[in-house]
Amino acid sequence: MSSHVTAASLPPSGLPGLDPAWSRVVRTPSGAWHVLDNASRLEAEPVGTILAVHGNPTWSYLWRSFVAAATRAERPWRVIAVDQLDMGFSERTGRQHRLADRVRELGELTDVLALEGPVVTAGHDWGGSISLGWAVDHPDLLAGVVLLNTAVYQPLGERAPAALRPAMVGGVRQAATVTTTGFIDTTLALAHPRLTKPVRDAFRLPYRTPSRRAAVGDFVEDIPATAENPSRPELERIAAGVRDLQVPALLAWGARDPVFSDRFLDDLRDRLPHADEHRYPTAGHLVAEDEDVASGVLRWLDARVTNAGEAAAHLDPPADGTPVRLLGAALDERADDDGPALVELRGGGSRTISWRALARRTAELSRGLAALGVRPGDRVAVLIPPGADLTAVLYACLRLGAVVVVADAGLGVGALSRAVKASRPVAVIGIERALLAARAFGWAPTLVAAGPVHRRSRGALGVDATLVEVAELGAGIELDPAQPQPDDEAAVLFTSGSTGPAKGVVYTQRGLAAMRDAVATTYGISPDRPFVAAFAPFALLGPALGATSASPDMDVTAPRTLSAAALAAAVRAVDGSVVFASPAAIVGLLETAGDLGDDDRTALAGVGTLLSAGAPVPSELLLAARELLPAAELHTPYGMTEMLPVTDVELTQILAAGDGPGVCVGRPVSGAAVSVSALDETGAATGQPSTEPGVLGEILVGGAHLKARYDRLWFTQDVSARDAGWHRTGDVGRLDAEDRLWVEGRLAHVVVTDAGVVTPVAPERAVDAVTGVVRSAVVGVGPAGTQQVVVVVEPDGSSRAGLAPADLAARVRAALDVPVAAVLTLPELPTDLRHNSKIDRTRIAAWADAVLAGRRAKP
Amino acid sequence: MTGAGGRTVLVTGASGMLGGGVAARLVADGWDVRALQRRPSGVVGAADVLGSVTDPDAVARAVDGVDAVVHLAAKVDIVGPEQEYRAVNVEGTRTLLAETRAAGVPRVVFVSSPSVAHVGGSLVGAGAGPAEPAHARGPYARTKASAELLALGADAPGHRVLAVRPHVVWGPGDTQLIGRIVERARAGRLPVLGSGAPLIDTTYVDNAVDALVAAVVAPDDAYGAAYVVTNGEPRPVRELIEQICAANGVPVPRLRVPAALARGVGAGLDAAWAHLPLPGEPPLTRFVAEQLSTAHWFDQRRTRRALRWEPRVSVDEGIARLAAHAGVPWTAPAPVVGRP
Repeated sequence: MSSHVTAASLPPSGLPGLDPAWSRVVRTPSGAWHVLDNASRLEAEPVGTILAVHGNPTWSYLWRSFVAAATRAERPWRVIAVDQLDMGFSERTGRQHRLADRVRELGELTDVLALEGPVVTAGHDWGGSISLGWAVDHPDLLAGVVLLNTAVYQPLGERAPAALRPAMVGGVRQAATVTTTGFIDTTLALAHPRLTKPVRDAFRLPYRTPSRRAAVGDFVEDIPATAENPSRPELERIAAGVRDLQVPALLAWGARDPVFSDRFLDDLRDRLPHADEHRYPTAGHLVAEDEDVASGVLRWLDARVTNAGEAAAHLDPPADGTPVRLLGAALDERADDDGPALVELRGGGSRTISWRALARRTAELSRGLAALGVRPGDRVAVLIPPGADLTAVLYACLRLGAVVVVADAGLGVGALSRAVKASRPVAVIGIERALLAARAFGWAPTLVAAGPVHRRSRGALGVDATLVEVAELGAGIELDPAQPQPDDEAAVLFTSGSTGPAKGVVYTQRGLAAMRDAVATTYGISPDRPFVAAFAPFALLGPALGATSASPDMDVTAPRTLSAAALAAAVRAVDGSVVFASPAAIVGLLETAGDLGDDDRTALAGVGTLLSAGAPVPSELLLAARELLPAAELHTPYGMTEMLPVTDVELTQILAAGDGPGVCVGRPVSGAAVSVSALDETGAATGQPSTEPGVLGEILVGGAHLKARYDRLWFTQDVSARDAGWHRTGDVGRLDAEDRLWVEGRLAHVVVTDAGVVTPVAPERAVDAVTGVVRSAVVGVGPAGTQQVVVVVEPDGSSRAGLAPADLAARVRAALDVPVAAVLTLPELPTDLRHNSKIDRTRIAAWADAVLAGRRAKP
Repeated sequence: MTGAGGRTVLVTGASGMLGGGVAARLVADGWDVRALQRRPSGVVGAADVLGSVTDPDAVARAVDGVDAVVHLAAKVDIVGPEQEYRAVNVEGTRTLLAETRAAGVPRVVFVSSPSVAHVGGSLVGAGAGPAEPAHARGPYARTKASAELLALGADAPGHRVLAVRPHVVWGPGDTQLIGRIVERARAGRLPVLGSGAPLIDTTYVDNAVDALVAAVVAPDDAYGAAYVVTNGEPRPVRELIEQICAANGVPVPRLRVPAALARGVGAGLDAAWAHLPLPGEPPLTRFVAEQLSTAHWFDQRRTRRALRWEPRVSVDEGIARLAAHAGVPWTAPAPVVGRP
């Protein structure tokens, strides 16, 4: 503690993002405060006041983006962001302020300011508990609470956040927090990406000398980690009071925080069960520095506080309530059927699982999981390769009402781990390799092994049970769990992560049932029409459709291993009339077509439908496939993790459509609707949903098999569901006069020139047809509205990164009907990690932008 | 543009490529054209007034009774003592404005340069920022910046002033840019700086002429402001230079020099030419090195709206005309069909 007394002051001008007009000094009996207050900058009557409280060791600078966003918002808010006493530019009183003092002092300040409601508190770090203390004490003024990476409770017997522990030991504390700037430097280093130097300097500015840092050490000393800590009773009072808060609450959280980790977020969710949540998987402790939290918070205030009731309609559609035939209904109904449900071809032989066996296994697993403690609504992450085990586990979870979490191992272990952890499973069911990661990264408390696991590694991994044991456990239990309700959560499916971190997509039982119905209607699957699932995920739909499915002999993780003979064998095994395959599997088929015998060809000639799903399919590939499957209609769906399928197109329709503004993906399937939100001259999708032909816009999709919402990503969901009943796909395209949808690229990749919007797909296809071009990316450089079109080409043969040779540039320009500022070459165009086929236009555009501005850059 | 019947316009600096083009176009449009410069303009149909813009008497005679002035006269070299630039560019403009005000000339179009607002670094889709006499690069840009501020400061009811900043004007017969490039390339002394990739927006001379004539007759509300004029077709600098060389039948540059080195050498040569009695101009200046290794292109939307003008001659067409002028056989690339 220090006895230095220094008056409050104003920060110097010129700090990045800070308007000097916001700063003022407010005198209270306890001391003089520096606060940011945008009242003088507001052009309209504010909706209310955001009272923002920083933590340790930051200052009100932390909230500058909130002050700016609230000032310019259509419905503005006054923001009062305080520097706590002895912190920031507030007075150095020389006193130590404990938690109760700080809560009381904040109330004193709002009394002096004569603050009237509605007030929304915002708190970060230890400012969270102080802001909540104020909230609990001012129920008449309180209209909402916003919390960023904070805590309101420190369980006894558990240690303080690991990263803080060293700083809490007396001598170390003094050295880390006061004598040196170590604690401040460490905190500022938690930003992702790194803060710029001017911003770091601004954060450090009020803490430049040990005497100005005294309160930084006091703050750490005041953390109530033990029962004896004098601030313990106040913390417990606040923590209990929070449970009674009924006002809207928002938790905006950076998941990569070594101090305020997920367990503190869980605690707050438990205390505020009605809270909305946005958890940024890759942001850290300084979440408002890492992400644009402020804009999201302003939108949240609009929806939840300003227009409570009306604006929220798009966020919380009323539950449908009508009954639905659950996904597992067909399986239940055929529990006494000895006919084949799944036929798996391996080597020369095959394994057949009857409906009866599958239904029994599923029932046993669901009872066994319940016995292990999995409750309806609990999440279960499933990491098992496609096959009978996966099918049984999925239907068991659905039957139990547990929420299946599915993320593709192809994400890579880091992104996969972030995805699984974000979904907060109570259990992981997986093969040994998955359990290794589950154990290492602490995915879930309960681990169930699918498939063989060695006795020794079983102990090392902490496996609670194997699937066989779970089934045995369930076999000994008579009572079936109650059936889930249609609007209960059923699954969290993760997006591929090709556009930012993978997002969890929540489906209800109703949504999954609708997906089943859309597939059944579109592709004519029924109990009378068995199918072959050469694209493994579709095998999971067989039991839902009541249709027998066959899995050909192939490595499901390497679709190209599908041979034509293996497909023919699978078709023969079940007399299949429909085949699901990925484009890579079709390539495998074509490569091995020469090995087919006459009876193989006869079998394939009986296939009536081939569905190619999982990635874009070139028409040439489908044309070649027609040679092999002469009687088959060749279908390609368009859709996304948030809704699948949306549209479908058959090869003859693609050929009839000819060249157009992009890729023709056909018409909406049964139960699906498509509209577009027109782009304005800045390239923003601002139009109302419309089905008018020819209008270029963001593609919106809707229907009963649309996602319920994104998981724990409130801001993302809010933006994607802006138009009630529609999901914004982020794709751009247009409908034609025959209701066909043409996809022209990603909204983020449109080029906005002074003559209008240029979408990339059609010009890329034109350039790809130019001699000497392997593939290409059409990107924009410069400010939106006056961007220039640039074509980046991966040429045949060797090339260097830079300007294209003059003859190639001339050929490329001649192939396009838009002006092209520059043609560049790259030896290899970067593609996104997930689909090795999607060209990473964002990265290429950044490179082109740098090179064409005369900067050195790496693609 | 026609129907100027009986109205008189003064063009200063009509002996240059752009000034001559403007004067000729105004004649064709039916204006009575006077041309003020030190030597005969050679513009058929224009009445020459021989003299310097620094001579108040000559200027007074030239502006007497005119309806508009297009002021192009300037010292446009890249080296030389700053006071020489100041005398013509700043003091000449001050003199001209004093006389136009005294004579009650309703409209003055001041021809400026985007370099007046350029303080280094790349310009990517930039607008027309304010002139910065203290920070612009090189004596030409600094003095033109001062002059533009004087000109726009003289904008008043009854004496309207507008500034047009054409960027890198080129065309057949141009001795400034095209002439220098061709001469150095022929001598094998034209290097490519760095990657040669930076995008440079240029202005084919006919388009600049159109824009200046459009400015003379632009709506009143366009006055009192500065506008950058370009083709709106930025191209990589190396591509432009290669095409200019090819269209003139001279070898395409092969020598590559790192951009940073060129800027350093340019700065050194600047100093040498400034302090030593060296003949001619330096082979490279820091200003030129910067221009060739950074991007310079502009947002043309405001200009086109305000001046009600669109460029008519594309870069490709302009290059073809260079070739025709030089007698080099040229196959024009397929024309751009249109925009979405």
